[in-house]
Amino acid sequence: MRKRTLGFVALGAAASIFLSACGGGNGSDGNGGGEGAGFNAAETAIVNPSDKTGGTLRYAIQSDFDSVDPGNTYYGFSWNFSRYFARTLLAYNPEPGENATDLVPDMAAGMPTPNEDFTEWTVEIQQGLKYEDGTEITAQDIKYGIIRGDFNGGTLVNGPSYFAQKLDADPDFNVYESSDPLGEFDAIETPDDHTLVFHLKESFSEFPNILIMPQTAPVPVDADTGELYQQHVVSSGPYKFDGDYEPGVQLNLVRNEEWDPETDPIRPALPDRIEVEIGVNQDEIDERLVNGELDVDLSGVGVGPAMHSRLASDQSERPNIDNLFSGATRYVNIHIPVIEDVNCRQAIMYAADRDSMHRAWGGELGGDIATNLIPPQIPGSNPESDLYPSEDNKGDLDSAREKLEECGEPDGFETVIAVREGRENDVQTAQALQEALSRVGIEAAVETYPAGDFYGQYAGSQDFVRENNIGLSVSGWIPDWPTGYGFAQAITDGRAIQETGNYNMAELDDPEINELWDRSMQTEDPEERADIYAKIDTLVMEQAAILPVVFDRAMFYRSPELTNVYFQPGYAMYDFMALGVDRG
Amino acid sequence: MLTYILRRLGAGLLLLAIVTMVTFWIFYVLPRWAGVTPEGMAAMYVGKAPTPEALAATVDRLGLDQPIAVQFYDFVRTLLLGTEYTFGRQTVECAAPCLGYSFTTNTPVLEQILSRLPVTMSLAAGAAVIWVVGGVAVGVLSAVKKGSVFDRLAMSLALVGVSLPIYFTGLLSLAFLVHTWNLFPVPRYVPLTEDPVAWVQVMILPWVTLAFLHAAQYARQTRAGMLETLGEDYIRTARAKGLSERRVIFKHALRPTLTPIVTIFGLDLGLVLGGAILTETTFSLNGVGKYAIDAIVAKDLPVILGVTLMGAFFIVLCNLIVDLLYPVVDPRVRIAK
Repeated sequence: MRKRTLGFVALGAAASIFLSACGGGNGSDGNGGGEGAGFNAAETAIVNPSDKTGGTLRYAIQSDFDSVDPGNTYYGFSWNFSRYFARTLLAYNPEPGENATDLVPDMAAGMPTPNEDFTEWTVEIQQGLKYEDGTEITAQDIKYGIIRGDFNGGTLVNGPSYFAQKLDADPDFNVYESSDPLGEFDAIETPDDHTLVFHLKESFSEFPNILIMPQTAPVPVDADTGELYQQHVVSSGPYKFDGDYEPGVQLNLVRNEEWDPETDPIRPALPDRIEVEIGVNQDEIDERLVNGELDVDLSGVGVGPAMHSRLASDQSERPNIDNLFSGATRYVNIHIPVIEDVNCRQAIMYAADRDSMHRAWGGELGGDIATNLIPPQIPGSNPESDLYPSEDNKGDLDSAREKLEECGEPDGFETVIAVREGRENDVQTAQALQEALSRVGIEAAVETYPAGDFYGQYAGSQDFVRENNIGLSVSGWIPDWPTGYGFAQAITDGRAIQETGNYNMAELDDPEINELWDRSMQTEDPEERADIYAKIDTLVMEQAAILPVVFDRAMFYRSPELTNVYFQPGYAMYDFMALGVDRG
Repeated sequence: MLTYILRRLGAGLLLLAIVTMVTFWIFYVLPRWAGVTPEGMAAMYVGKAPTPEALAATVDRLGLDQPIAVQFYDFVRTLLLGTEYTFGRQTVECAAPCLGYSFTTNTPVLEQILSRLPVTMSLAAGAAVIWVVGGVAVGVLSAVKKGSVFDRLAMSLALVGVSLPIYFTGLLSLAFLVHTWNLFPVPRYVPLTEDPVAWVQVMILPWVTLAFLHAAQYARQTRAGMLETLGEDYIRTARAKGLSERRVIFKHALRPTLTPIVTIFGLDLGLVLGGAILTETTFSLNGVGKYAIDAIVAKDLPVILGVTLMGAFFIVLCNLIVDLLYPVVDPRVRIAK
């Protein structure tokens, strides 16, 4: 699960209280709202297409990067942003709409080729790629970047660990304790300076999806200073650091003259300079965005609550707003070990009032009612399907009562809904569910637990769940890459169940589903895989292991001074690489 | 005089040591008592879904499983003697006074504090001038024209100033003066040495906002002090001798009134130099206060210890200076030779 910067929520909410008193409308200020490209325009088209270069692109963020070291970052915005100075093997297709999440080569010369059973992958990289100092980028540098990112003895702690999970290598290998890391590590081979061969433990047909991760950016062995490398990352992209990265303060980028646009199919590199101001209040960021004093909110999670309510009611700003899928499904886990009988679980599915839970999530602007698990922007999703239909989504109480009879609890039962403290939407969802379930006699108590330890010690701990009769828990999921596997494997594959820190919270361990996951990893054709994912989705619904609530949406303010703006669903934010500025 | 200064310095150092111990105790010992394991503490500094190996490595790297006494000894030794850190394959020296490296950003704490100090000092200096001059002037005027319209107006305003929190006045001024009427530039710190005019333009709102709060207090204090002094016998004597009113007020009445003002000023200035958290956060100024609050949110222990020490240092320093200033302000408390 890629991290969204969750700290914001609390801080933003606190700050919004302060400002809500003085958030009076001044929408016409600065750059004349009402002349924007249209509501949700950046979802399917490029807004303000332009090839005009120059200018300074101004970002700001309330919190900070987890790290700007491409080998040590897990924030979505950071993956998107780091491509300015860290090229990866593959990338998302740089265009809006349906094909946006297709993969295309970045440093690679072509798409990776697998062997027969998808356990070995070969990637060729382009000739003539250069670092900011003019030295050539070789396959060995990319190999080094990958192994330092995932095999570092706990030195670089933030990034994902897919390479460590998938590569056929000793998980205890430590790049910093090896005198010859490139020679000793043989799960990635570099037969020549422009070829990489990856050896995997098991079939993994979606391997190319992890080659877009910033860990595949090249790092010169001699420049690697471990945790300190982020102060000045050696650039392989169109921009390089101007001075050091100052955590909590700023990061500035200037053009890297050694970058050759001919080798780069995905970056128009329009601005001359890129500035990131770190540690600016969310409300201040939103205010500046609307006033044209800032171009992009780096966090990529949309405007804060104060500006959200202001924009929602201000029709003149509508054309400058994109209200798009954040990539997440919000759902309620139905813990199978606690509510063992599938009929009891299905009773919950029938009794739930999806309409009221939708309103708890902010209604129309907050998201779309979900009746399946995999979100609509991912191939294999079938948002039309609904195994538990009801009039106006208010719940089907007759069917619910029937199911309760079948599971031998005609008068309902008692259970607990676990929610994360401080997550207002989650809490309201739980309360809405509590009320809906009481209509058929299921008495659910809402209990809040600390958000930071929710998975580690509470709703994600098998013992805790059983001891405290936690039959339901409210959570959500954002995929690391936009496919059915990237989204749902960790939360529905029986073999992903953990004693603690468990993300398959329902503890769904269904042989048919497990088998389908295995099969998907040996299926080459993405469309065939999408069919498998659709089937898994339906099975999860049949098992009533997860009650989907909403596919939530975030509200983005699209500054009219930005050029080439479009939404990249892979990151669930604007494609930073495409952006330029035209101050007109 | 010298022994007096030395004594005060000694007391200051003792205070610093106590502050360090208490801070250390709060952030290292209390969590343990609350049942947080070393791995639990380490979990705060690693990514979202850390492997047990990564946790163990972090515990090891940060020494979180060491006995508290050992951790405290290490902290003090590092502070006094410096140490070396290993990053990747590189060894970096951290010379005394070494405050260590941040757990979350891996940057040297002292260097970070020093690089942010100019912001906080700019804020403190400008605001202090405004609040002392403004506050005392208003207080004197109010006292002299006691009961007048000015007095009532000023004192009501002072009451408002004391009661309104900084984030309220700050956000109001941002919303209207900056974003709606565009009277001031969008706040983004510019060093004084780089562009003095821009420095003033950017800092003026934070100064006034911070000063408003303090000035109100100083005005009320000064007024009360002045009224008391003006009722003293020696003032009547001075007036009877035919001294000009100006001389009576500034030379004879104001000076004794200033003694308590100087005392609270020393404390206030020290506090603000240690980081004006609310003002810095409201105006998105990356000073020591912002650094402190970010560290507290992220439970970044070395940074918390560092900024606490720094804050305590400034309070001790300012108090020392105030103590030395007393005889200058009020000759009655001059130390016997």
